[in-house]
Amino acid sequence: MMSEARMRTVDYNLYYGSFRALRDVNVNIPVNRITAIIGPSGCGKSSLLRSFNRMNELIPGVRTTGEVFLDGENIFCKDVVELRKKIGMVFQRPNPFPKSVYDNVAYGPRIHGIRDRTILAEIVETSLKSAALWDEVKDDLGKSGLALSGGQQQRLCIARALAIEPEVILMDEPASALDPVATLKIEELMEKLKQKYTIVIVTHNMQQAARVSDFTTFMLTDEQRSGNMIEFGQTTDIFTNPEDSRTEDYISGRFG
Amino acid sequence: MARLSSPPRVTSRSTERGRPAKVTGKQRVESVVKYIFLFSALMSILIVVMIGIFTFREAIPAFREIGIIKLLTGTVWRPGQGQYGILAMIAGSGLVTLGAVIIGVPLALGCAIFLSEIAPPAVRSIVRPSIELLAGIPSVVYGLFGMVVIVPLVRNIDVPGNTGFGLLSASIVLAVMILPTISSVSEYAIRSVPKRFREGSLAMGATKWETLTNVILPGAKSGIMSAIILGLGRALGETIAMIMVIGNSVIIPFAASDNPLSIFLSRARTLTGNIAVEINYATGLHESALFATGVVLFALIMIMNSSARILIGRRKWEKK
Repeated sequence: MMSEARMRTVDYNLYYGSFRALRDVNVNIPVNRITAIIGPSGCGKSSLLRSFNRMNELIPGVRTTGEVFLDGENIFCKDVVELRKKIGMVFQRPNPFPKSVYDNVAYGPRIHGIRDRTILAEIVETSLKSAALWDEVKDDLGKSGLALSGGQQQRLCIARALAIEPEVILMDEPASALDPVATLKIEELMEKLKQKYTIVIVTHNMQQAARVSDFTTFMLTDEQRSGNMIEFGQTTDIFTNPEDSRTEDYISGRFG
Repeated sequence: MARLSSPPRVTSRSTERGRPAKVTGKQRVESVVKYIFLFSALMSILIVVMIGIFTFREAIPAFREIGIIKLLTGTVWRPGQGQYGILAMIAGSGLVTLGAVIIGVPLALGCAIFLSEIAPPAVRSIVRPSIELLAGIPSVVYGLFGMVVIVPLVRNIDVPGNTGFGLLSASIVLAVMILPTISSVSEYAIRSVPKRFREGSLAMGATKWETLTNVILPGAKSGIMSAIILGLGRALGETIAMIMVIGNSVIIPFAASDNPLSIFLSRARTLTGNIAVEINYATGLHESALFATGVVLFALIMIMNSSARILIGRRKWEKK
């Protein structure tokens, strides 16, 4: 039932100063599957997601204990630049740079040393195609990324993440700022992308988690307001036959 | 009335009957407040226009009797003999401003980047107030500092005729004077680049430095441009500190050695200095010519501001 894990946390704890945001999290992220992290606001979903590419470290006073592994390697022993090359991220609010569509997608490859114009052009095209945006922008790649619609901007951000050929894509509520049609497009895209990539998505929207994900992690805060992982399993099990009564309460909408 | 039916209906009905909608007390306050602010805005425009008009009016005799072309291109300023050419002063002001920008802008941008990106909060809380303090020092004090510190240092450069007083000393003093303006406005511009751009770049595996040069600075470009323009305006308008260190000779700055850069060791006079030095005893056409100098200064600053605005406007798409 369980496929091989691309990422894994072992007794992982995260502290913001003296506040313990995550308590003893043990989670597996299976290869080429979509794993959803669900739970009520403030339960540490985003903190966990941002642990996978060490974005938490941007916040002063952050401390962690325990391990996080990518392909069996401890990410805290790796160079953070190398790590982030392997793990792309898509944010809640689309954040294309104030540059052209082309330069947005070429941004990653360029900073990682690719200068050759034909190679760059190729990367831009394949990335935009993979992100299902190519047909809409191919006639004017010089247009500002910020001139696109919200849904297009988010797909541009996905293309930008794909351009560095990551193994994992982290998505932090990627559709919460989008309308239903744009949301559907992103979800269809995720379905396609999982053939090549391992995807982790944080979502507030339980229908979305049920629709798109193969595995689901349910998180909840304890009495100290720290985030705990309550249950992890195949999405169908979590949604139809949860083991923990708290999961069932949340799924059935009794709180949260 | 509003409680009985929905407000939009009331309005449309009353307009249909040609009766204005009833003005409530709240609306009256709203419109009074609006006019107070409108008045403040108009007042500042009015003041600018008045200054322009009166300066220009006093300058008319000079423009008429000397001629604009002769005034602007004349290289000799000898009021006693009726020669009124301010080209030397235009060159002096231009060169000293250029020098101040060359020295001051990199320094100010360095400060801004340090404060916004690098300095830990404790260091920032010491450095930022010190830089801001620079803005509060009276310019005559900068002049004194220039005379006792900068001028003797510059005097050490071995070029014939170098007294220390001249464009270089003035540029250095001016660079320090415009530093706080450029630095604080640029820092604000850098800080207002949305955090999500920074995160997006870092998440791609970019280093802090790559993020700064590729995303943050381009994003803050228009703000940094206006910071530099503000600094330029201040540089062009500075008077007393310039009088104290620039030497005040009415000559077109020249290079005294083979090195063309030695032009900056030349003595010079600024447009502002020209007015301040002579206005106390000037009469008649001489006085009018000084007002004409003021008009030229006024025009220069207006040209600079509007060209800056055009420059920033062209890049507007970036800010969308």
